Amino acid sequence: MANLKDLRNRIASVQSTQKITKAMKMVAASKLRRAQEAAEAARPYAERMESVLASLASSMVGQVGGPKLLGGTGKDDVYLVVVATSERGLCGGFNTNIVKGARLKIARLLAEGKDVKIVTIGKKGAASLRRDYKSRMIKHFDMSHVKRLGFSDAMPVADYLLAAFERGEFDVCTLFYAKFQSALTQIVTDQQMIPASFDADKVVDLGGGAYDYEPDETEILEALLPRNVGVQLFRALLENAASEQGSRMTAMDNATRNAGEMIDSLRTTYNRTRQAVITNELIEIISGAEAI
Amino acid sequence: MAEKLHFELVSPERLLISSDVDMVVVPGVEGDFGVLINHAPAVSTLRTGILHVYDGDDVQDLLVRGGFAEVNPNGLTILAEEATPMADIDRAALEADLKNANEDVADAKNEQQLADANKVRDRLVEILDVLDLVA
Repeated sequence: MANLKDLRNRIASVQSTQKITKAMKMVAASKLRRAQEAAEAARPYAERMESVLASLASSMVGQVGGPKLLGGTGKDDVYLVVVATSERGLCGGFNTNIVKGARLKIARLLAEGKDVKIVTIGKKGAASLRRDYKSRMIKHFDMSHVKRLGFSDAMPVADYLLAAFERGEFDVCTLFYAKFQSALTQIVTDQQMIPASFDADKVVDLGGGAYDYEPDETEILEALLPRNVGVQLFRALLENAASEQGSRMTAMDNATRNAGEMIDSLRTTYNRTRQAVITNELIEIISGAEAI
Repeated sequence: MAEKLHFELVSPERLLISSDVDMVVVPGVEGDFGVLINHAPAVSTLRTGILHVYDGDDVQDLLVRGGFAEVNPNGLTILAEEATPMADIDRAALEADLKNANEDVADAKNEQQLADANKVRDRLVEILDVLDLVA
């Protein structure tokens, strides 16, 4: 039978763990609110951008010699997988889920005989992908210095991707991140960034008219497409940040509850043991007295 | 009352303006153009410049940099990479930034640093040029 002192220590240690998880949950909750606001504030820009590009792109369809960012390089031999995860752990299945999604995709591509390159954002995903795909990882972006995600934080990544695309290092680029739906659900999403793909229903009906372009169509597309990469990336990072906090909040809430249950059961054991010790001592005294 | 133009100004970080106004003068790459209600659909990229928003007797001026404007039957949407109300611009602070940026360019140790520093400097020079024009 466990002795009383051990049990007391155990209870104290679980209690302090519970305090930590509770604090982490509250911090995550307040960060979540801010991250969610930021993600929602960024949505209009990305959406408008998409609808403008979609209308532009739909008018370019079928034209030869369009920008490569839209039409692709004409082959799909080398895939670049960008995996965006968090810098910190203790956020439930957040990182695991994103990495799992990316792994599935990578495995499928490799099975199809394609070449795969990996770029990671955030060290958690990098750490777990490094085990299997170290040779394929070509670049890692550290976001640990970022306190409040700004557009300027997404730019270096976008610039790198665009430069690599220009150099012909890959043909297709897919981004993995977790789309924020609520604190309980985050959806792992893979988004094809290069060549750009658009939903046809995003196109605004011009009522028969056509756009006037200033300067001309191709030039605008050439200016917009690279920017679009940055914007989509920025949006993904914001969604990711909100998802991370949401996931952490849920995970820490569960941990706090589990710690509470554990404390309850430990306390029952402790009280029982204490009672048993007292009963034992009494029996010893009484039987000792009887023997005399 | 005459019908108004629905105008939205968005930066990557947030929606800055969403309201119905009389007219907006947009600094396009090929010259400023005014947008009133029922303007023909158009897409134009922006140059660094001043955006004027006219509503009644009210004129709001904003400095915009990078991005583009889209006019469709629903109204005018401006996607600017940067947009700051003129009232919030602190010229002295910008000049101090430029001085720092120049020092960074001079101190750059490798190509990467030089490119980064140049980018920062070019941005400030562009903004100050625009301010010079208005002043």
